[in-house]
This record gives sequence, structure tokens and C-alpha cells, in this order.
Amino acid sequence: MYRGWTDRRGFIKKMAALSAMTAASAIFPGILFPEAQEWLGTGSEGLDWKKSPCRFCGVGCGLLIGIKGGKAVAVKGDVRSSVNKGLCCVKGYHSIMAMYGKDRLTKALVKRDGAYVETPMADALDLVASQIERTVEAYGKDAVSIYGSGQWTIPDGYVASKLFKGCIGTNNVEANARLCMSTAVTGFLTSFGLDEPMGCYEDIDHADVFVLWGNNMAEMHPVLFSRLLDQRLKRKGVKIIDFATRTTRTSMAADRSILFQPQTDLAVANAICHEIIENNWVNRVFVESHCSFRKGLTQMGYGLEDHYEFKDQSEKIDFKAYKKFLADYTPEKVEKRSGVSAKDIKYMASLYGDPNKKVMSFWCMGMNQHTRGTWIQNLVYNIHLLTGKIASPGNSPFSLTGQPSACGTVREVGTLTHRLPHGLVTNERDRAFAAKIWQVPAKNISPRPTYHTVEMFRALDRGDIRFMWIQVTNPMVTLPKLKRYRNGAQKADRFIVVSDVYPTPTTDVADVILPSAMWIERAGMYGNSERRTQYFEQMVEPPGEAMSDTWQLIEVARRLGFERQFSYEEETHIEEIYAEYRKHHDNDKHNMAPLSVLQSQPGAMWPYVRGKSTKWRYNLKYDPACTNGKDFHFYGKPDGRAVIWQRPYEPAPEVPDEAYPYWLCTGRVLEHWHTGSMTRRIPILHRAMPHAYVELNPADAKRLQIQTGDGVKIRSRRGEITLPAAVNQRGVPAPKQVFVPFFDENSLINELTLDAFDPISKQPDYKKCAVRVEKL
Amino acid sequence: MRIKSYLAYPQEGRKEELARSISNVEGCAVIPAKNRDVLIVITDSENQAADDRLRQRLECTESLKWLAMVSGFSGSERQSNV
Ligand code: SF4
Repeated sequence: MYRGWTDRRGFIKKMAALSAMTAASAIFPGILFPEAQEWLGTGSEGLDWKKSPCRFCGVGCGLLIGIKGGKAVAVKGDVRSSVNKGLCCVKGYHSIMAMYGKDRLTKALVKRDGAYVETPMADALDLVASQIERTVEAYGKDAVSIYGSGQWTIPDGYVASKLFKGCIGTNNVEANARLCMSTAVTGFLTSFGLDEPMGCYEDIDHADVFVLWGNNMAEMHPVLFSRLLDQRLKRKGVKIIDFATRTTRTSMAADRSILFQPQTDLAVANAICHEIIENNWVNRVFVESHCSFRKGLTQMGYGLEDHYEFKDQSEKIDFKAYKKFLADYTPEKVEKRSGVSAKDIKYMASLYGDPNKKVMSFWCMGMNQHTRGTWIQNLVYNIHLLTGKIASPGNSPFSLTGQPSACGTVREVGTLTHRLPHGLVTNERDRAFAAKIWQVPAKNISPRPTYHTVEMFRALDRGDIRFMWIQVTNPMVTLPKLKRYRNGAQKADRFIVVSDVYPTPTTDVADVILPSAMWIERAGMYGNSERRTQYFEQMVEPPGEAMSDTWQLIEVARRLGFERQFSYEEETHIEEIYAEYRKHHDNDKHNMAPLSVLQSQPGAMWPYVRGKSTKWRYNLKYDPACTNGKDFHFYGKPDGRAVIWQRPYEPAPEVPDEAYPYWLCTGRVLEHWHTGSMTRRIPILHRAMPHAYVELNPADAKRLQIQTGDGVKIRSRRGEITLPAAVNQRGVPAPKQVFVPFFDENSLINELTLDAFDPISKQPDYKKCAVRVEKL
Repeated sequence: MRIKSYLAYPQEGRKEELARSISNVEGCAVIPAKNRDVLIVITDSENQAADDRLRQRLECTESLKWLAMVSGFSGSERQSNV
């Protein structure tokens, strides 16, 4: 239990207020209580307030943490932060409590004869290093691997990549962000040649229309959603359109809720483009000056089999061919497939097409966890490119992230098999560049990408990988088709190391458990969804022998003989690592702000050029990297042009049939952050949402005679699970669809999901598979 | 010690009036929502009888439409409707 507040009466009153805020947040999407700051702060005199980005989601709100007597005892939103302007959601307000759960891991545990034995940290690290050596000797470099996450700080991910890619010489480096936003990356790369959004959150203050593509923003990005609601209150004519497969809190707060059949967003996006062209809403000058047209391969498959490989091959097409392709996507034809009326498709097209409206599109997992995810991102970019509504204030296609540093660590540091901090492992120049900074011979870095996440766990199951170090993530809850990968991890002669702060289903499969220092128990940086890098200092001591993931990696690297490459001083290592990391991005297209800037303000956006964050990339007015002499320059592509892609609709790999007649969609809830390993230890949040449930459409529930609270068995071709029903509760799925959140480790919905993925991004689709529903 | 938290819903257009009225009641604290017509009310009273009186008084507030209890602490015990 959290023990921060000293006066018991004051503590109980604050808990009561937090309970009420939690309840209100669940009822009203985007609700905010700015005065709670002062109220919760009463009795907190004498606190030392220090700034930090929030530990939880990718919005990256700036927080102020009150420290007293060596403990974090209070939280408030940082009014200096342009992200949240002093606001916070319930998870942010409760964030520090996540450090004080009763069952924090404080000692290293080593499995001996089936039982975990407390072991001095130094001995456990010796064991990890010697096991890496043994595995490399017996099975080769590519038999060892590391699996991290978008919760890794920038220094964590950086030293992991340097150790495994630069020193050990394997590209077996992946992160759970592969399950979360690798499609966003391939979307950006295919359309623009460079990753991450061109705009920033300030776009919200300028846009007239917000179209949310399968994005339950009210629950997943509550502070940003409240900024949308705020704009609607302040400015006449601002509209929020919720385009989704399920009715949620977001739909209820939106001006218009439009439902589509799973996977058919591809067809609807093409129909919107069709309408834009038919109605002459194309911004011809923009398209002629700044865009090219291409098409890629189709019928790519779904990656369901081991060793599946795919490489797209594209060819140039012209506007005429593109227009001809769209003839198959008239609103009337698409209505039949998507369930979206032609009228609604035309309405959406008219919002994008209106030259007097600035439009933002938002998305997150709905478009990312999609077997044709790269395509749907391309198609939404097409809409913005055709209308020229891009890279200028208020005109912004905007991909949101779920984790605090999915962008900062995974995408920017490049902790994926094919990436380096700058560039790709396949590129000789990029390898030489990284090797020079890392002080290793260039030949150390393998030119061959190895396994993306799903294939990495398949390789562990097959025995191609024998050692895996998992840091700050919980794959034994999050992997699709979970049973195969859990069984694989538990096979004899596999060695699993897990660094975490609490016991989880993933620590259950570990041979060695290393206790990690959490968030402000160490220093670090996160990078949020708008390219903002934010620093936090160490504010409190970690418990017991807990150690930061960065320092664990450094200790192991030194034991493996890489003292020279990891010669950082303990007191200054974060500073030294960040200074070294900045060298990889030392150019106008990606320069990172110096640490002194990050220490003095609530973050800075890259490219940080000549003392300034770049708010709108590719726009000559704002971006110093534009050099083509035109108003826009998409410099990620060799010809300086963004690509409008011809991408068709293709069905999902598993669709409902007679035996399994319902779609299953999985996702998150407001109260819990991802697998709940932290938020389920915050009593108020746990009480507010104690377990998972299955949402049913009321008509289906009536037919099956199911009421809220009844036990329901959900079965797929891969497994089954029993859950209480939720009918007409927080979310309402469309007929013949069910929704189950994945935060509950006692009800593992991923036993049922399918490990199909987008062939381009290799990101699995957690939103669509077929299930049967039975009343118990 | 009885500490409770409530969500209080005002009559239409009377949110500020409701906030003012409740914050004038001894033992009550109010946190209004910025963007919704709802207030958080925290009550603090010494015993059950005082708590009952406080609740009755709140319920008589003219600008109040509806009062919903969220959590309650009584001595060392805790009950919750969350
Ligand atoms: S919106 Fe996200 S970053 Fe902001 S306070 Fe909530 S959980 Fe933290």
C-alpha cells in the first residue's frame, strides 16, 4: 500500500477524492479536474517538486513529483508542459503509487531445482553473462537475444543495442513496440521515407475537424482527448468524428459515431479518396509539386507459418491509373462491404475535402494492429496528401503511441532487428557509422536482420534461440497465440532472464529474475508521440538491490569483456550515454536537444536545430532541413516527394464462419496500463477495474440469454476462456462482435488470438479473429 | 471518522452555484470538473450521526440534481461503490 501522505485523515480524504476522479473518468470521457492539483497538494508543504514525464502512456504528460523523506508522495500536472498544460488523467495522478506495491522485486532470484532462490545481484549478473557466453559458444551468436519495450528509457535501449548488435554481433534485438507501433513506422517510411509524425500536439489548437480512426482516445489518451473537447467548447464548428468498429466512451463524446465492419477501413479510406477526386477537392498544385504515385505487391499472405518472409516491390504509376483503381471504391460499392452508408462515406470525404477546414486524423492500435496495417496508414496519408492537408498547423495525420518511449527508444534508438540508431543494419555505411561511435570493428555488426518479435518467439520455441533477456515488458501476457510461445519459453535448454519490478506471468517462465529500478528511481529519458524527448532525474532510491536496466546491461557487458565500450562512470553514465547517442543523429533532420535543455524545460522536439524544436517537419516555414526551395520538402524520399499509394482492400486471415461466428477484438481500458502489472497494484485503480470481462452486443446477449455478470465461454481455434459478460456497459460492440480487454493476467485473452501479422511491418493483428460465444 | 466522496450533478446551468453552496457547508470540500457538469464532493464527519446529517443537508441543496456516493471510509473500515 502506498504510504506517502503522513497525516492519516488527509491521506484518506485524498484517496476518497482520487476514487471519485477515477469513477468520473470511467463515466465521462476526457473529464478533467484541474483544481484537484491544489486540493491534492494540500498538506504537502515542504515537498521538493521535481519534473518528469508520466510513466504510463505515449501522450507523455509533464508531471511534477513531490518528494519528501526519500519517497515520492504527491503528483501534479506540470503547467509548464505544453503537452498537458498542468492537466493529468487518473493514471498520471496515481502513477507514483505503482512504485510502492507490496510485492516489489528487491532481490535477484535464480531458479534452482524448480524453486527461486534469492541470490546476490552480482552473482546473478555473473550467471547471466556466463550463460550468454556458453550459449554463443554452443549455438552461435544468433542463439542469444534481447527483448525490450517502449518503456525502456533511451539509455536502456541504447546500451542494449550497442551490446547485442555492436559487441556480441547479433541482430536479435527486438522490443514489444513491434506489437504496438511497427506498422506506424512502416506507414511513415513507405509514404514519407522517414519515421514519426510531421506535426505535433499543437495541431489540436488549429484543427476544425478530428477524425479518429479506430482510436478510443477518451480511454487511451485521455489528456489529449480532453484537449479536443476543450477546442470544441472554445471554437465554433469544431467536430469530432469517431470511426470505429465498436461504440465506446469516445463515440459517446463524438459529434458523429460511424461504425465499420472489421478490416473494411481499407475500402472506406479508398472510397474517401474516390470522392475527393470525383468532387474536384484535390489540391492539384500540392499533388503535382510534392507527391508521386506508386503501387506495391498484393496478396501478401499473413505470416501464419514459421519462416514466412515478404519484401514489397513497388512500381511507379500515374494519377490516371490511380483514379482507375479507385473506380472499384465508389461509396455505394463500399457501403455493401463495410456497413458504412454511402452518405456517411460522402460526409467524411466532404470534411477532408472542404478547403476551409483543417483536419487532423488520429489513430493508434486500431490501424497499427492490422494485417494490412501499413496499407491503411498509407491510405489515410493519401487522403491528407490529395487534399494538401499535411505538415501545416491543424492539418495533420497523427499516429499516437501507447508506451512512454515507443518513439524515443524503439523508433529513434532503433531497437528492432533491422535498425541501428541511425539507419539500417543492411546498409554498409550505416553499419560503419554506428561501429565508429560504438568503438567496435564494423564487421561486428551483422548485415542480416534476424527475427522480428513473433518470429523471435517462434525461434525460441524451435530452439534456434536458446537465450533470451526480457526487460520491462510482459510477453507472457501480450503475445498472440500465447500458448505456443509460453510452452516454447519453458522448454528445456532455454534460458530466460527477466528484468522487472513485479512478479508477472513472464517472470514465471524465467531462470533468472533481476529486480529493476523503476522510472524515477533512476535517471533517464522518454520520447513521446510528438517527437518530444523528456528527461527525468533520479528522485528516490530503488528498493533493495534493484538496479536500472541500463546499469544491469552495462554490468553484463563488462563481464563479457566489453569494458572499453562500456566504460561509463556510475554517477554520470546517463549523461555520457545520451551524449554518445546524440552523435548518431547529428544532422538537421534528426538532431536531439542537448541534455542541459532537457533538464531545464519539459522536453524538446527533434529535430532540435539551432536552439529550436521543429514543430512541423517538411514545411519550409518551420523545418530548417527543407532545402528544395519549395514550400514543402518531403526529404525522406530521394525525389523529395511523398507517395500516394495504390493499396486495395483485402480480407482478414480469419473471418467468422459457422463454427466461430463472432469477431473478437481485444484492447485496453482507462484504469489499467497495458498488462496491468503496475496499475493492478494501485488499489484505487484495481478496485475500479478488478478483472477482465467480455462485452457483447445487447441483441446477441438477448438471443443468447446472457446478462451482465453471467459467465460466458469464449472459444477460438487456439483456446478458450471464461469471463463475466458486460452488456450495455462501458463499450458496446456491433452485432456479432465481442470485445475483451487484455490487462488481466488471470484471464489471458491472448490464448485465443491469432499470430497473423502485417507482412510489411510484422506487427500482429489483435483486433480480429473468429470466436464462438456460449453462456455457461 | 467518516470520510466519503460523491459525484454531485447540478441542475442545468447551476454548476457554479452548487459548488459555492456545498463548499460553504462545514466538513465538505468540492473539486469541480473543468469540462463536465459534475463535481467531486468530499465529506468529513466525526461519526455516523454527523455523517447522516451532512448527507441530508447536501441532498437539500436546491441546485443539486443528483448525488452519487463513490467511496466511504468509516473508522478503519472501508466500503466502496467504485
Ligand atoms: S494521458 Fe497518459 S501520459 Fe498523460 S497522465 Fe494519463 S497516462 Fe500519463
